Amino acid sequence: MGRYLIRRLLQTLVILWVISAITFFLFWITPANPALLICGKNCNTETIATVNANYGFDKPLIVQYGTYMKGLVNPGGREIGSEGSERTCAWPCFGESYQNGLPVWDSISDAFPATLWLATGAAVIWLFFGVMLGLLAALRKGKALDKFSVGLALFGVSFPTIVFGYLLLFLFIVKLQWIPFPDTANAALFEVGPVKWLQFYILPWITLALVFAALYTRLTRANMIDTMNEDYIRTARAKGLGEGTVIFKHGLRSALTPVVTIFGMDLGGLLGGAVITEQIFSITGLGKFAIDSVLGNDLPAIMGVVLFAAIFVVVANVIVDVLYAVIDPRVRLS
Amino acid sequence: MTLGVSEDLPPDGGLPADALAETAEAKQIEGRSLGQIAWARLKKDKIAVISAVIILLIIAVAIFAPLIVKLNGFPPDQFNKLDSDGNPLLNTRDGGIPIGGLWGSGTSAEHWLGVEPQNGRDVFSRLIYGTRVSLLVALGGTLIAIVLGTVVGMVAGYFGGWVDTLLSRLMDIMLSFPSLLFIMALTPVVADRGQDLFGIPDDNRLRLGVLMFVLGFFGWAYLARIVRGQTLSLREREFVEAARSLGAGPMYVIFKQILPNLIPTLLVYTTLLIPGNITAEAALSFLGVGIKEPTASWGRMISDASDWIESNPLYLFFPGMALFITVLAFNLLGDSVRDALDPRAGRS
Repeated sequence: MGRYLIRRLLQTLVILWVISAITFFLFWITPANPALLICGKNCNTETIATVNANYGFDKPLIVQYGTYMKGLVNPGGREIGSEGSERTCAWPCFGESYQNGLPVWDSISDAFPATLWLATGAAVIWLFFGVMLGLLAALRKGKALDKFSVGLALFGVSFPTIVFGYLLLFLFIVKLQWIPFPDTANAALFEVGPVKWLQFYILPWITLALVFAALYTRLTRANMIDTMNEDYIRTARAKGLGEGTVIFKHGLRSALTPVVTIFGMDLGGLLGGAVITEQIFSITGLGKFAIDSVLGNDLPAIMGVVLFAAIFVVVANVIVDVLYAVIDPRVRLS
Repeated sequence: MTLGVSEDLPPDGGLPADALAETAEAKQIEGRSLGQIAWARLKKDKIAVISAVIILLIIAVAIFAPLIVKLNGFPPDQFNKLDSDGNPLLNTRDGGIPIGGLWGSGTSAEHWLGVEPQNGRDVFSRLIYGTRVSLLVALGGTLIAIVLGTVVGMVAGYFGGWVDTLLSRLMDIMLSFPSLLFIMALTPVVADRGQDLFGIPDDNRLRLGVLMFVLGFFGWAYLARIVRGQTLSLREREFVEAARSLGAGPMYVIFKQILPNLIPTLLVYTTLLIPGNITAEAALSFLGVGIKEPTASWGRMISDASDWIESNPLYLFFPGMALFITVLAFNLLGDSVRDALDPRAGRS
C-alpha cells in the first residue's frame, strides 16, 4: 500500500509537470505580443522594451518556462522580470496578471471559496438525489417509480445548464420573486448570515446538480440492477438475511463502487471552476475568474487557473484509486 | 441462456407477447447479425422513431435554412427598425425593447418569434441559422473525436509494448485536463494561431473549424481507452490469428478485422458525444469564446437574451427551447440505439 501510494504520487507529479509544460508552451507561443497587451494604448518601442525587461519577455521561451516553474516549486518564490529585478513574488507564484498587475495566486485564492461552496453544496444534492432515485428505481424495476426516475433522469441529462439555470433564475427571482437578485459581491456565510447565504447559493446548487443527479440516477440504477442479479445476493437471501441487510450491505455497497470513482472525478473537475453556473448567477468564483481572464487575454491568469484546476483533477484521480481499494476488497493495489 | 427476454428491452417493446414473438422469429432465422437485430428493434421502438424524425427535421432545417428564412423574408443579420406599415418595432426611449407582441417580445404576423431588442433582428431567422452552427460544430467535433479515438485506441491495443505505454499515458494526460476550462482557454488561442498559420482572418468560418477541432481534440481520449481494451481482447481471437497466418499485415487486420467488430461501441459512443458537443458549443458561444457576432448561434442568443430576462423572457425562451429539444432528441435516440445494440438484451 505504502509503495503503491508513493509510486502513484510520483506519477501524479509527472502528469502535472507534463500538463504545466503543455499549457505553458501552448499559451505562450501566441503570436500576440504580450508586451503590447500590457502597455495598451501607450505602446511605443521604448515602453515595449521596458515591459519586455520588466516581465522577462526578452528571454528565450525555455528560460521563461524555467522561471515560471521556479515560482511553483521554490518555497522562496521568485523574482519577476529580468535579472536584477527587485520585485519578487511569494510562493506559490503564478506570475502577475497583465490586466491589473495583481499576483495571480491572490486572485485564485480569493475566488476559490465561492467555487468550493458551490461545488460541494451541489455535490451533496446530486449525490443524495441521484443515489436515492437510482436505488429506488432499481428496486422497483419496471414499476411506475422506475419509469418516473428513468424519465426524470433523461430529462435531466438533456437540460443544458445554460437553459436550466436561466429557467430557475427567471422563475424564482424574476417571476415569483422568492429570492432577491444575486448581489455582485459573493455571499460569505459568516458575513451575511445563513438565510442570505442560502438564498445566494440555492439556485446555483440546483442548477449545477441537475445533470449530475440525472447521471448518478442512471448509473446507480444500472449497477444496482446488475448487482442484485449476482449469485452472492441469492446466497445472502438464502442464508436468511433480512432484505434490508441484503440491499444495503451486500447490494448497495458493491453497486456504489463505480459511483465513488465518478464522484471523485466530477467533484475534482468542478473545484477548478463551474464556469457556466458561476456566469449565470454572477458568482465570482474560479470559473468566472477563468472566463474573464480568457476574454481579457490575460495569459498568466489563464495559465494559473488551468494549472490549479488540473491539480484538483489529478489529485482526485489518486484519491479515487485509493478509495476504490478500500471499498472493493477485490481490488489489490500493486 | 434463458428466455428472460423482457428484461432489458427498450421501453415500448417490453410487452411479453412482443418479446416472445421476437424470440420465436429470431429462432427461425438463424444467424441474424447484431446489426440486423438492432435495426429491427429500433424500427419497433416508437420513441426511437419519433426522435429520429425530429432529428431529421432539425437536419433539414439546417440544410435548407436560407430557403426557410425566405418564407418570412428577414435575413438573420438584417437590422429591422420598422414593420411593413412603417410603424417602429423598437421602443428607442426604453432601451430598445420591442413594442407589443407576446410578453413584450415583439411577436407579430411578420416577426413570428419577435425581434431582438436594440437591433431588431428577426429571432425566427436567427434561430433557424443557429441550427447550422449547432449541428455543424457538434457533428464535426464528434467525427474528429471518433476517428482519433478509434485509430489511437486500435494502434495502442494492437501493437502493445512501448507504443501502448506511450499512447496510454497520453490518454491519461488528456483525461487529466480540466476539459471545459481548457477548451475555453484554448479556443481564442487556436483561433489566433490559425489566423497566423493559414492567413485566414479570425472570422466565424475559422471559429467553426476551431470549435470542431478543440471539441474533437478533447473528446477522443475516453473512447481511445475503451477501444484499446476491446482491441486487446479482439486481437487474441481466432479469426485474427487465422488472418495473420494467411499473411495479412497489421493494417489489414486492424481495419478489416478489428474495426468492424468495434462498430457497436463506436455507434454508442457517437450517440453520447453528439448531444454533449451540442451543449458544449452552446456553452462556449454563451461564454463569448465560441461563435462571434454577427453569426447566429443558440449559445450567443441565450447570452444576449440574458440581459433582457425581465423585460423580454421569450427572447431567452426560444433559443433555450431549441437547444433543449435538439439535445433531448439526440439523447432519446442514443438511448434507444444503446438498448438495441445491447447484446445481453433478448438475444437467445
